[in-house]
Amino acid sequence: MKILVCISNVPDTTTKITFTDNNTQFNTNGVQFILNPYDEIALSRAIELTEGGKGSVTVINVGEANTEATIRKALAIGADDAVRVNAKPHDAWFVAYQIAQYAKQNAFDLILTGRESIDYNGSKVAGMLGELLDTPSVSIIKKLDIDGDKGTVEREIEGGKEVLTIPFPFVAGTAEGVAEPKIPNMRGIMSARTKPLNVIEAAEIKNNSEILSYETPAPRGQVKLVAATEAEKLIGLLHTEAKVI
Amino acid sequence: MSVLIYTENAEGKFKKSTFEAVSYARAIADQTNTNLVAISIGDVANDQLSSLGKYGADKVLNVSNAQLKNFVNQAYASVIASAAKKEGAGIVVLSNSFSGRGLAPRIGVKLEAGVADGAVALPEIAGDKFTVKKTAFSGKAFATVQLTSANKVIALVPNSYKVVEKQASGTIEAFSAETKESDFKAMVKEIVRSTDKVSLPDAEIVVSGGRGLKGPENWGMIEELADLLGAATACSKPVSDAGWRPHSEHVGQTGIAVSPNLYIAIGISGAIQHLAGISSSKVIVAINKDPEAPIFKVADYGIVGDAFEVVPQLIAAVKEHKASA
Repeated sequence: MKILVCISNVPDTTTKITFTDNNTQFNTNGVQFILNPYDEIALSRAIELTEGGKGSVTVINVGEANTEATIRKALAIGADDAVRVNAKPHDAWFVAYQIAQYAKQNAFDLILTGRESIDYNGSKVAGMLGELLDTPSVSIIKKLDIDGDKGTVEREIEGGKEVLTIPFPFVAGTAEGVAEPKIPNMRGIMSARTKPLNVIEAAEIKNNSEILSYETPAPRGQVKLVAATEAEKLIGLLHTEAKVI
Repeated sequence: MSVLIYTENAEGKFKKSTFEAVSYARAIADQTNTNLVAISIGDVANDQLSSLGKYGADKVLNVSNAQLKNFVNQAYASVIASAAKKEGAGIVVLSNSFSGRGLAPRIGVKLEAGVADGAVALPEIAGDKFTVKKTAFSGKAFATVQLTSANKVIALVPNSYKVVEKQASGTIEAFSAETKESDFKAMVKEIVRSTDKVSLPDAEIVVSGGRGLKGPENWGMIEELADLLGAATACSKPVSDAGWRPHSEHVGQTGIAVSPNLYIAIGISGAIQHLAGISSSKVIVAINKDPEAPIFKVADYGIVGDAFEVVPQLIAAVKEHKASA
């Protein structure tokens, strides 16, 4: 079983998000970048599924040289080899297109992405990859099992779940529940240095979206405190003032 | 030219988020001086279909066949894209639901369209410049994205656009679209839906519990308060990580981002990752015994006190409020 895991390099979850250049650029100054948490889940599940000589895991990232620390982390967690498409990840369409080009030349049974990246939250790469490769795609799954040449997944739906079986090859976006994130051990960290990391050039495509500017949510006013013994006053305020109940 | 809206149903019924998306798509049709075509796929009764007219659909395409009764991502995307082509729809709108997030990217590729996922406001259209405000950085920010392609796909976040009812009716037409056999490789084996509960992404009120509740055995009062308010229950990351509550209830940067009218945080200190997931809530109420807890910095209303004393009082107060209403 050959698994491709698509990873992205994102600001750490504790990052305070600010912008520069008249709110047109994300301020990366002092920001720690990490392996996208949902991709970490995808990678961890891929490693579990291939353990004991049952297959191989390749990670792919579309990014410039500064993402290599994150790629090495993925190798330390247990991926067998890595590919970096040397380009700035312009948007989901750009990223999905580049990964599809690579996947077309290297047959994979399963392609995993995180359900979304925690910076742009698009949930788009999995579906776009599925369409570009003409395979099924499931965007947000919370369970993934493999039996022979097909997978059983649990897809999240509003207020419940849907269980699907899908033959290889397919694409899935993983959410919490699919696997516990693996932490690299010393042996993994040592071996990651010598595992193959191939850099390939990006294919040219026409972009179809541009981010023009950013804003942060409007600051909220001062909290209105109610005494702990006056719960009914709070309910009254929510009814008459906030008008939400 | 027209605008196409995919009207998602759950077990044959449209949800509020669908009506929001229809109202939103109607407004875009008005902005672009064109008509609004809705497409419904699955087993949906005529009275449901005709109700879409009330929210501004001029015409409803009804796709009803046994093979398409349950959601199949690939096949639904094919049907919607072919309807867009047939109707000459340059803009396709969907709800940014779990299914919508599976469809939007596939439809985008089929129509060579830029995709604005997570839209929270109407597009701004000035000549050829078409921009949409969307969520970014998991609720910590918004981005204004320009769609530069001729065709466009927009996925609207539930609870971010108000339902608008009109005195209008739409016509219903049967629609059959070509699908390929390979569109049906994914097979639905089972659908489990807890119909008695309000689903978290759609909820107008959310009652959420954190580590301050000390253990899963104490969730009874959270559920009781939620039931009384017609709310969904939620939790913070440490709670779902500890297995006290399912991951599907985890609100925050690596869980679900919610945008309810009212978010009640009980025993949640308010880590930056949690605040990201609730930043689009209209009103936030915090109940925490630590007056320095960061949750009070974003809350509109708060009670500094022990959840085990405050929540039962709140339950009694809501009961009284409901009795007098």
